[in-house]
Amino acid sequence: MDASQNSAPAAPTAETPAIRVENLTMSYGDFVIMRDLDFTVQRGDIFIIMGGSGCGKSTLLRVLVGLKEPAAGRVVYREGSLWDAEPEKRDQILRRTGILYQSGALFSSMTLAENISLPLSQYTRLSRKDIRELASLKLALVGLAGFEDFYPSEISGGMCKRAGLARAMALDPDILFFDEPSAGLDPVSAHLLDELILELRESLGATFVVVTHELASIFAIGNNSVFLNVDTRTMTASGDPKELLAHSTDPNLRHFLTRGQE
Amino acid sequence: MTYQKTQTAPADAPRREILTENGILTLRLTGVWRKDRPFPDIQPVLAALAATPPPKALRFDTAGVAGWDSLFLTQCRAILALAGERRVDVDLSGLPDGTASLLELAQKVPERQGAARKTSHAPFLERMGDLGLGLYQATGNLLEFVGEMTLACLALARGKAVFQRSGLVALMYQASIEALPIVSLISLLVGLILAFVGAIQLSQFGAQIYVSTIVGIAMVRVMGAIMTGIIMAGRTGAAYAAELGTMQVNEEIDALRTFGFSPTQFLVLPRMIALVVMMPLLCIYADLMGILGGFIVGVLMLNINPVQYLTHTWQSVPLANFWIGLVHSTVFGVLVAMAGCYRGMRCGRSALAVGQATTSAVVTSILAIIIATAIITVACNIIGV
Ligand SMILES: Nc1ncnc2c1ncn2[C@@H]1O[C@H](COP(=O)(O)OP(=O)(O)OP(=O)(O)O)[C@@H](O)[C@H]1O
Ligand SMILES: [Mg+2]
Repeated sequence: MDASQNSAPAAPTAETPAIRVENLTMSYGDFVIMRDLDFTVQRGDIFIIMGGSGCGKSTLLRVLVGLKEPAAGRVVYREGSLWDAEPEKRDQILRRTGILYQSGALFSSMTLAENISLPLSQYTRLSRKDIRELASLKLALVGLAGFEDFYPSEISGGMCKRAGLARAMALDPDILFFDEPSAGLDPVSAHLLDELILELRESLGATFVVVTHELASIFAIGNNSVFLNVDTRTMTASGDPKELLAHSTDPNLRHFLTRGQE
Repeated sequence: MTYQKTQTAPADAPRREILTENGILTLRLTGVWRKDRPFPDIQPVLAALAATPPPKALRFDTAGVAGWDSLFLTQCRAILALAGERRVDVDLSGLPDGTASLLELAQKVPERQGAARKTSHAPFLERMGDLGLGLYQATGNLLEFVGEMTLACLALARGKAVFQRSGLVALMYQASIEALPIVSLISLLVGLILAFVGAIQLSQFGAQIYVSTIVGIAMVRVMGAIMTGIIMAGRTGAAYAAELGTMQVNEEIDALRTFGFSPTQFLVLPRMIALVVMMPLLCIYADLMGILGGFIVGVLMLNINPVQYLTHTWQSVPLANFWIGLVHSTVFGVLVAMAGCYRGMRCGRSALAVGQATTSAVVTSILAIIIATAIITVACNIIGV
């Protein structure tokens, strides 16, 4: 009864948030990582998930993209609740998302072009030539033009990250999830990646959910955020990071946002 | 030990004096406290701290310390930890420059509650219970995997399975052509060995010609299949576990899943097909190589006429044996592929886990091969072939 009500898709209006997280609790076995997470990602947001190392950011991302079942609570996309949906419905919801993993996670047995082509050839009816050209375009967008036929083992860690980003964008998703996109990049590349994200939001109108602890990025691109506190194992604040810095009184968050100065 | 005794301690060896004055414990340290020199035993200090009543305060006198490194810090840490527990006042000012601040730094981030693993030994019954639960879970996991595999095979039968055809060709190549040299060598040698062992017995009765029967039946019925099975378990099953395990570590399997691909169809199914198709072919090849081994011994050592050896093999080995051999090798193909892929797919996210997955893939498949052989042999006995 309840589930059917939940998943009944209220016709998405302009105001329907991209993702709503309600009372989410995540755990590995009996070990609770985070409890009672409650936040909303609006369409077009660049939403930052921040928090200290090991607080559960990657785990939260895994729950949001359907890889790990939460212990309690709901993740509601525009089409309905992710974890209450049938597997096919869940696949359909997730088809509109793209993910950049912390380690890049390129398929090591395929070239960069094949990595990007794989979802395209599965979910579109494009010709081989079109797919190849799309793959080249996506690689060029992340500054890897000419690397189509390289294997992931033949390029640097930072390049793997960027290729992973190109693959995440393969199906022109509405929501992109990034796990620490700038970790392992030099400051200039990290800055370029921020620019790229802003540009992509303008041009694709996509929503971004970004895990990062790069303060420069947080303030440069984020317009909404959630802060996960390791000590209390729950979120302590949500909102525009610049405003949080100006107004929040939570000592842990201030400590984080001021690089431990306060 | 003897080495240490005969060596006279260098002048700057670390030394410690424990002085007690009005209940104040002072540690006077001299020498160089570095990893390359044996430290004096820490027990007397701990004993002094643990004494009742505990000392009022703990001081350090390190004016004579000429050098130190992090091993020195670990000693200090152990001493400070006990001092804290016994509520002894500690004066860090006597420690060398830098040590005090490092020790404070180490103390600063409190140990996370609940994060440290409990290593205490559980009572026997609890451990047996855990073992039982573990077995129960493992069985559940295995059944789940078998179920997923069955669904994938059904999808394949309906032509709906999603995997890369080009990848399948490469896998088949790896599981056949690339395995030929080792299969040739081992089956040839097994044929030789069987012939030798048989020859010694049979020539006592002048029945050398039956060497061809022994080698033929043994190779075709089980040995060819078992040898290829074990070779492929070590070669290909291990490779599957390592490949899939590394993909797990690398988040590649997660990536596949979020693209809506079923990892079972995309990764496991082609590996299974490759082995199930190639194992019987390899087995036939191994049979022939084994017979060749017997032929070499028969012709060169027992002076049997080559044509006679071959015709006798052909006439005395019932064709049913050939089919039984093929059944064996097909079953082994399924088992080796299942074991390798199961261990790989259930692999943890570390290099260590990949190593364990590989090892257990090989052990599991060899065990499964032997058990399956026993079952098939008994079954053949019952139906009388
Ligand atoms: N497979 C697992 N089993 C048990 N505990 C796990 C597992 N994976 C992660 N954890 C625990 O979950 C917590 C959160 O891990 P997670 O990877 O989500 O952290 P994170 O916030 O992404 O950290 P980082 O910023 O360093 O990437 C950690 O304390 C870790 O010990
Ligand atoms: Mg992480």
